[in-house]
Amino acid sequence: MPLIHRKKPTEKPSSPSEDLPDEDDDSQKKSHGKKQNGGTENKVKWSCVDSCCWFIGCVCVTWWFLLFLYNAMPASFPQYVTEAITGPLPDPPGVKLKKEGLKAKHPVVFIPGIVTGGLELWEGKHCADGLFRKRLWGGTFGEVYKRPLCWVEHMSLDNETGLDPAGIRIRAVSGLVAADYFAPGYFVWAVLIANLAHIGYEEKNMYMAAYDWRLSFQNTEVRDQTLSRMKSNIELMVSTNGGKKAVIVPHSMGVLYFLHFMKWVEAPAPMGGGGGPDWCARHIKAVMNIGGPAIAPGFLDTDIFRLQTLQHVMRMTRTWDSTMSMIPKGGDTIWGGLDWSPEHGYTCSGKKQKSNGTRSEDSENLISKTKPVNYGRIISFGKDVAEAPPSEIKNIDFRGAVKGQSIPNNTCRDVWTEYHDMGIGGIKTIAEYKVYTADAVIDLLHYVAPKMMARGSAHFSYGIADDLDDPKYDHPRHWSNPLETKLPNAPEMEIYSLYGVGIPTERSYIYKLNQSPDSCIPFQIFTSAHEEDEDSCLKAGVYNVDGDETVPVLSAGFMCAKAWRGKTRFNPSGIKTYVREYNHSPPANLLEGRGTQSGAHVDIMGNFALIEDIMRVATGGNGSDLGLDQVHSGIFEWSERIDLKL
Amino acid sequence: MSSLIQRKKPSEKPSPPPEELPPPDDDSQSKSSKSHKKPNEKVKWSCLDSCCWFIGCVCLTWWFLLFLYNAMPASFPQYVTEAITGPLPDPPGVKLKKEGLKAKHPVVFIPGIVTGGLELWEGKQCADGLFRKRLWGGTFGEVYKRPLCWVEHMSLDNETGLDPAGIRIRAVSGLVAADYFAPGYFVWAVLIANLAHIGYEEKNMYMAAYDWRLSFQNTEVRDQTLSRMKSNIELMVSTNGGKKAVIVPHSMGVLYFLHFMKWVEAPAPMGGGGGPDWCAKHIKAVMNIGGPFLGVPKAVAGLFSAEAKDVAVARAIAPGFLDTDIFRLQTLQHIMRMTRTWDSTMSMIPKGGDTIWGGLDWSPEKGHTCSGKKQKNNKTRGEAGENKTKPVNYGRIISFGKEVAEAPPSEIENIDFRGAVKGQSIPNNTCRDVWTEYHDMGIGGIKAIAEYKVYTADAVIDLLNYVAPKMMARGAAHFSYGIADDLDDPKYEHHRHWSNPLETKLPNAPEMEIYSLYGVGIPTERSYIYKLNQSPDSCIPFHIFTSAHEEDEESCLKAGVYNVDGDETVPVLSAGFMCAKAWRGKTRFNPSGIKTYIREYNHSPPANLLEGRGTQSGAHVDIMGNFALIEDIMRVATGGNGSDLGHDQVHSGIFDWSERIDLKL
Repeated sequence: MPLIHRKKPTEKPSSPSEDLPDEDDDSQKKSHGKKQNGGTENKVKWSCVDSCCWFIGCVCVTWWFLLFLYNAMPASFPQYVTEAITGPLPDPPGVKLKKEGLKAKHPVVFIPGIVTGGLELWEGKHCADGLFRKRLWGGTFGEVYKRPLCWVEHMSLDNETGLDPAGIRIRAVSGLVAADYFAPGYFVWAVLIANLAHIGYEEKNMYMAAYDWRLSFQNTEVRDQTLSRMKSNIELMVSTNGGKKAVIVPHSMGVLYFLHFMKWVEAPAPMGGGGGPDWCARHIKAVMNIGGPAIAPGFLDTDIFRLQTLQHVMRMTRTWDSTMSMIPKGGDTIWGGLDWSPEHGYTCSGKKQKSNGTRSEDSENLISKTKPVNYGRIISFGKDVAEAPPSEIKNIDFRGAVKGQSIPNNTCRDVWTEYHDMGIGGIKTIAEYKVYTADAVIDLLHYVAPKMMARGSAHFSYGIADDLDDPKYDHPRHWSNPLETKLPNAPEMEIYSLYGVGIPTERSYIYKLNQSPDSCIPFQIFTSAHEEDEDSCLKAGVYNVDGDETVPVLSAGFMCAKAWRGKTRFNPSGIKTYVREYNHSPPANLLEGRGTQSGAHVDIMGNFALIEDIMRVATGGNGSDLGLDQVHSGIFEWSERIDLKL
Repeated sequence: MSSLIQRKKPSEKPSPPPEELPPPDDDSQSKSSKSHKKPNEKVKWSCLDSCCWFIGCVCLTWWFLLFLYNAMPASFPQYVTEAITGPLPDPPGVKLKKEGLKAKHPVVFIPGIVTGGLELWEGKQCADGLFRKRLWGGTFGEVYKRPLCWVEHMSLDNETGLDPAGIRIRAVSGLVAADYFAPGYFVWAVLIANLAHIGYEEKNMYMAAYDWRLSFQNTEVRDQTLSRMKSNIELMVSTNGGKKAVIVPHSMGVLYFLHFMKWVEAPAPMGGGGGPDWCAKHIKAVMNIGGPFLGVPKAVAGLFSAEAKDVAVARAIAPGFLDTDIFRLQTLQHIMRMTRTWDSTMSMIPKGGDTIWGGLDWSPEKGHTCSGKKQKNNKTRGEAGENKTKPVNYGRIISFGKEVAEAPPSEIENIDFRGAVKGQSIPNNTCRDVWTEYHDMGIGGIKAIAEYKVYTADAVIDLLNYVAPKMMARGAAHFSYGIADDLDDPKYEHHRHWSNPLETKLPNAPEMEIYSLYGVGIPTERSYIYKLNQSPDSCIPFHIFTSAHEEDEESCLKAGVYNVDGDETVPVLSAGFMCAKAWRGKTRFNPSGIKTYIREYNHSPPANLLEGRGTQSGAHVDIMGNFALIEDIMRVATGGNGSDLGHDQVHSGIFDWSERIDLKL
């Protein structure tokens, strides 16, 4: 209203047409450009603030009009447009299978991965007033921008115990809403849920086993009794569904969580769930692991070293024990040594081995077969080292090196990264060691972040068991490592490994010392390391391999392809395993959103082929109904090269 | 807006014509070249542009205020409130935390009818895009956008009382199911927030959401809700170190939990097979909030003519509004068709008949006055000889005409309607598609009903059986409204008796406690004056005679409804009688002598608007934000018992009234 009043006086002088020269001037000025000549007379007001208002008004009106049209539009319109452009879409799997007459049969349990589950506030400090039961993780992340330090403080765990800090309680959202959408419009489980609903699923036979993914797996039970809750819910669903066993669908880190659960539930009561030795056999029909980092992606490595601009974030993530579950397991035996790796010979040309063959025949300048990548060297300091033959590498052992007390930058002390305890001497020795294989990486982490790793080693372990019957493997810290545990005694169960392939995935890194005095993190990826050759696997300091963008094929597929295949010591009851790979093809156009044939780590949750596979198993199908294995990568070949006692 | 546009147009349009037409005028010579440009521009500015300008201003101001609002510290509203009303009392969560109380027993919430959210899992074409969106609760946006589609989806099959083909509506699960009914309208949220203060979280709080449209046993048949509840209580008890659960049912949830307690101990095919000591092992206390143990008269009005007091008043204010078509749909009839498919509404029909609710010439609440000052000025007036402000015959739940409602019993001649032949002549053929069953009754049947004049609680059941035989047949499979003579009679093992406290025994759990917490001090519907509906458009031949009222302001009769003390929905008698008398001590309804307590909360409306719905309310739903009630619940949840709370706390005449009820105990 006050603005309206202000406008009136501007009109009045103009309507009496006596002061002619002024008007002429103004109209000329207008034609030039309204905003430039600010100083003179009343008209100028029109042209400055008012035209601003005018513009915003126009935008708003147009916006409302469009919004109105959008709301008035029939719901099938977008689909109609899409079909007009791209031709008829395939039926979503839910509709397709409904036409085939399939109906809901086995209860389905979803186990979300790290990061994708929502977390909400139950008790907080003063700065988080008004956020009670609001999502701090997931949703719009509005609070990250509004009060970032408060947010970091609340999301962090206690760095000694790995549990809640005093006065702060952040808990997992429960129910299907916990992870159906990660952020508005960014689906995780929603597509799968919607398709299952088509054939009759609802909340009574679908269960989202949401857990606080920041905690170590055993701590979710200690603090929230999440494992007990999961056990009780699976038992309930099986009994209310007429004894039909459950189909478990874990995604990403949920795969490890469920491995842990299967050991926990059959272990005796004080430490385990006391379900008895045949609990899994009685309650689980199939485990359909999606993009499972069964033996770890390169997630943590990047996480630890790369976020140098965000020391606060780093301090936060380092308090999350669960991130340590994804450190590569199995050491050199699985991931390769200085001179070999299972993926030896893989090229990133996209045309697969083919062009590789022709090129080696041409022996083009003897570039050593497009420089086979030494994937085994997970961290190398300098590109030349990464490519050098093993004999030329001289490692100076860092393990014994004394940590100096001289701190390059005192301001870093409050950031809990432990680097300040290392001193310049320690940092140098690390860089001098040059090349780290999987085994050495564990030692490296122990050296770099001893406190964190000490906490981690209480909950996780990364080795390979020589003797699985050794009683030391009864401890919970081994339960999520498939190389140190036996599968349950459940010969009728099936284990699937479903994952995307065809996307370059980080496998090993070239690092350099960080010379910048501002940074608290003394290492960084040597991003300018790359090859001229476009087909090279080296991109910005990272050697890529086939995978789903986060998990390399080897990690997702090896257990099902080899270590659990048939009756092995890891799989004494001969549980059937299947590998199902889905070739990535990006969405054809923008209308498709994140695509229905994606192979990316999270987007694969909307892959129609994968959803159909899950639904067929949920409605009673088994591995042979799906067509057994479906392989696009070299997983079997690569697994063959791994020399693991079975 | 419009004034702005109009003002400018006249002021400027007159000026261009003299310039544009011939150029004989005074000022045109020098600037004829430029002049025709200028007016054009001006006119544009003044019409559409100033529109835009105005909207832009409004938007900017709005954003600015929004920004201010967001930038404001969160404690600001509280600060303002305190500046105006003086310091607020600590919420009970903060208060008890200071006392050092900590979360102890797991807590289970059981929401009532209407307050639980329902969402769509499978629907017809018209509900595209609503998958997993709330159809009930939340913003109710779809009611306005596609009302007929909404009614179709919310209805159940009128034969089976289960899902119609192709439609699946399911209860929302988790605490979100009933924390807020609509944005900003809390139900359980305040209680949850206070419990969270002393350490509760989702692992020791559980919202037993169920589809409140179904009959209680059908929630188990279709969704296994009772099994789920059993399993969750067992889980919570075992993960909390064996500490028994405190159950907090609200409204219809009270009946649902009565049903559950019988179900869980009954053997497996029909029950949950938990064994005869399940309740003793798992339940510490049941804290019923506003429980309609014996039903509510409101349910009768709802089923009989689809109107509660609120609707009746609306009709009195705007008579043409509800009776005629809105959006070409006859609102009431559609609502009636929808609600009549919900079996659960029949759980709230008054139970116990004339023994509890009173007959033609007496009622337990006899002598109650609505003056607000209680019995006091009743006496003085009785001395003045004014017929004691016409004592209300609450026993006559439905009367046709005001004079009948007030007549002495001897003057009432009832012509029995039960045998009356239902005619096939239908007053209005268009009503056929609306499934109200009234069209089967014909004019003869309708007349017979009106001629019976007065219906007591027993007769009301017969009336509903006559008026809506199909619905009541469905209901009779799931609910019963009588009083058991012999509770050991094997016929009472059927699940339809489980939610009627007058036909079941409490479980054998001597350590358990049962509380009845409810608000008092608000006029609550108790009996109705009806009349025949003469309007030819309406498909419902009866409605509440809203013009019946007394001149006396203190009368209990308001707009055709006799009111009594209660919480606006549930009369005191229904909420309190079981705990005040029928279960008090060792009775045949309570063989193990479970301790019972009555806690009444006097209603006092919020002092000012800033308080929202108040912290001392006694209204049926608003009581969930009553600090005194929340504190009581929290004290029990943290290990307290009845004597810690101070035993009974009574404001109404519940003990007097209970005394007058002659029930074999």
